[in-house]
Amino acid sequence: MNKWLHSWAAPMVFYDRAGRLLLPLWMLAVVLTGIGVVWGLFLAPADYLQGDAFRIIYVHVPSAWMAMFVYMFMASAALVALVWRVKLAEVLARESAPIGAVFTALALATGSLWGKPMWGTWWVWDARLTSVLLLLFLYLGFIGLQSAIDDRRLAARAGAVLALVGVVNIPIIHYSVVWWNTLHQGASVSRLDAPAIDPSMLWPLLLVAAGFTSYFGALLLLRARLEILAREAGRRWVAERLQVAEQ
Amino acid sequence: MTPTRRRRLLGALVIVLGVAIAAALISMAFRENLTFFFTPSQVAAGEAPVGQPLRLGGLVVPGSIERGEGLGVRFAVTDTATEVPVYYEGVLPDLFGENQGVVVRGSLDASGRLTASQVLAKHDENYMPPEVADALRAQGAMPPHEMVR
Repeated sequence: MNKWLHSWAAPMVFYDRAGRLLLPLWMLAVVLTGIGVVWGLFLAPADYLQGDAFRIIYVHVPSAWMAMFVYMFMASAALVALVWRVKLAEVLARESAPIGAVFTALALATGSLWGKPMWGTWWVWDARLTSVLLLLFLYLGFIGLQSAIDDRRLAARAGAVLALVGVVNIPIIHYSVVWWNTLHQGASVSRLDAPAIDPSMLWPLLLVAAGFTSYFGALLLLRARLEILAREAGRRWVAERLQVAEQ
Repeated sequence: MTPTRRRRLLGALVIVLGVAIAAALISMAFRENLTFFFTPSQVAAGEAPVGQPLRLGGLVVPGSIERGEGLGVRFAVTDTATEVPVYYEGVLPDLFGENQGVVVRGSLDASGRLTASQVLAKHDENYMPPEVADALRAQGAMPPHEMVR
């Protein structure tokens, strides 16, 4: 197991294996998100209070989950990069940040669109909204730090420290609705007792979430492969593969 | 694990732990500022400032909504323990209604009445189709708005 895990860390091995995983992941992403979106937007019943406006949940909640999940992924990769200096971990942390930032922005934007008609305001500075905005700034800071330092290995170490500092924000986001009085509602799905959302509305939500996760996986592998090519440019294995691709 | 790696791992853990402690201390220091609204019970206990802008959160008391001239509306906000009367002039959000969770921004006068400059509806975490809501109502279990814990 350990040996198998280590074999992934070699750039060439990762490049080839990730290449084989790409197509299945893209297909999973399209199929799961497609079914989930059609089910959620057209087939699931309207909410008793909000009517059709609640359907933004099928983009908003999976995006918000992904925003936090991608951050934890990024921070874990950063930790491995910082402690064990694994090049592949540096690549994964660097390449997952923009994807996480987009998910965070999407969660904020869809939440705002929902908030105007339902709450009566686009934005409030409550603990949940503010901590998610902070998450976006952490992503942007990480991306900025990466591109400000030309030496990629040095950039990875500097970014890793920032990523680890930001980890504290993740439990704050999750528990903000419990610890403080917020305008944002509490968790509907991830709670100890039964979900506070009807099963007929929950299933498409979980499908979209699985689809978004596959999308993240596919996009990450794609980006990581390109970054590896850039880092390993000039090596013989890169030349071999690019020649094969040209023919 | 080599000593160098152990040292680095320890350093990383110290960073995370240090930031977590700092965040906990900061959030404790700013506890009141992080709270988005006061509850009617807190207002009754005199914890909310009089004459200064604040937010009040709770449920709209059924039967308390009185529409006045123009956009003026009177209603009471409760946390099931105590009530605060509110006066507001302006457009109400879609979700506003009896038993609905609201967060009202305004200031308290000496008599304990709140004149609001903004009314926000607070949605709860419950989502269900109308049929399920009807079935629950038939059992006398509605409404599920339980924003005041």
